[in-house]
Amino acid sequence: MDVVIIKYNAGNIYSVVHALNRLGVSPIVTDNKETISRADCVLFPGQGEASKTMEYLRNNQMDILIRQLKQPVLGICIGMQLLCSHSEEGNTPCLGMFDVPVQRFCPVRHEDKIPHMGWNTISHLQSPLFEGLSEDAYVYFVHSYYVPVNPYSIAVTDYVHPFSAAIRKNNFYAVQFHPEKSGKTGEHILRNFLNLAAQQ
Amino acid sequence: MPLAKRIIPCLDVKNGQTVKGTNFVDLRQAGDPVELGKKYSDANADELVFLDITASYEGRKTFTDVVKRVAANISIPFSVGGGINELKDVDTMLNAGADKVSINSAALRCPSLIDDIASHFGSQVCIVAIDARFEDDGEWHCYLNGGRLRTDKCLAEWAKEAADRGAGEILFTSMNHDGVKCGFANDALAMLADILPIPVIASGGAGSMKDFRDTFIEGKSDAALAASVFHYNEISIPDLKKYLRSENINVRI
Repeated sequence: MDVVIIKYNAGNIYSVVHALNRLGVSPIVTDNKETISRADCVLFPGQGEASKTMEYLRNNQMDILIRQLKQPVLGICIGMQLLCSHSEEGNTPCLGMFDVPVQRFCPVRHEDKIPHMGWNTISHLQSPLFEGLSEDAYVYFVHSYYVPVNPYSIAVTDYVHPFSAAIRKNNFYAVQFHPEKSGKTGEHILRNFLNLAAQQ
Repeated sequence: MPLAKRIIPCLDVKNGQTVKGTNFVDLRQAGDPVELGKKYSDANADELVFLDITASYEGRKTFTDVVKRVAANISIPFSVGGGINELKDVDTMLNAGADKVSINSAALRCPSLIDDIASHFGSQVCIVAIDARFEDDGEWHCYLNGGRLRTDKCLAEWAKEAADRGAGEILFTSMNHDGVKCGFANDALAMLADILPIPVIASGGAGSMKDFRDTFIEGKSDAALAASVFHYNEISIPDLKKYLRSENINVRI
């Protein structure tokens, strides 16, 4: 099975490579359009700033490519946010696979520190992506912007207010947290995604 | 849910080996960082910090290869510090598998580095580490170069400036408490928690499980960092977390 990680100007991509290696998978990290299009599944991970990453994707025509992908795609963190319609970060139009906006957390109490950084729980799990996990499993988040709860939500986390920890539309899956950094729970989620791809 | 309080073992590294000093001197060996990193990841540590503690003093860059090997073997977030002086260094470390960088001396010398890291990579990547000593004048003074060089900056003022410039977290090490194992500097930590809009990591002073409880409650810390109590097996992380749960502290088990 060809597992491809999209190479672009976001950080943290190699953490995902390591996590997949630990599951016995050797992903291809590439920006080659042909290789990405032909892959059995595609991971779109990273940490970064919305306007700079979108600009890079557009300048390299990767925005068009990502929109056309038919195989299972897993967006992670900024990857999830870029799959949405628009981000408040840098007032950035994004890829628009999910017709939902990305908003900045507005702290209500002093204790609501931004970024939302650390281990929090996921609940209302509604996808094969989370098969075998119990409600309120801990995963690792690092983000200042969030996707509100919407009809595509398949997991919810409560920080300041409930938001989408994960969303899904057709072949596009996306998680706000970092499965590659979420210990055994994260490995479980990545394995579930690979299983979904293998079943295609 | 509020975030789980984080337990962070710190790998202070010199020449590829983990070391831990008492009051920043008298280093003694404490093992291979890769082995330790994996051990902590498997034991449910919430995060790792990997500091090349001699980097600023000797002008040496952090050892990218060690970072790569550690990152390949762990499944929890991982920060790197020491020898991070410019954006290029940050990029190198993130590509080696680090999730965040911590900057200390370089930020004090050139505070705009914080703005640059935040704008290029996001605030979440940027930990500003502060070594400070409480002195006779009743002030916490910030130090450079692993505690070797005193600056004019005071803790509260510098932490606030770092947060304003875009730091994602403050890692505060009390030089008075470090290595002494009599608890964290909870008064100063609580002060930081009150004035800062970003998470604070307590460092320096962990000796007992109760010290962790106290810094999460009295010090209002978001995370607690320690080295020797973990490296020398004085406190096991699973036991510590079980104890903290029994004290009604939200930790990931």
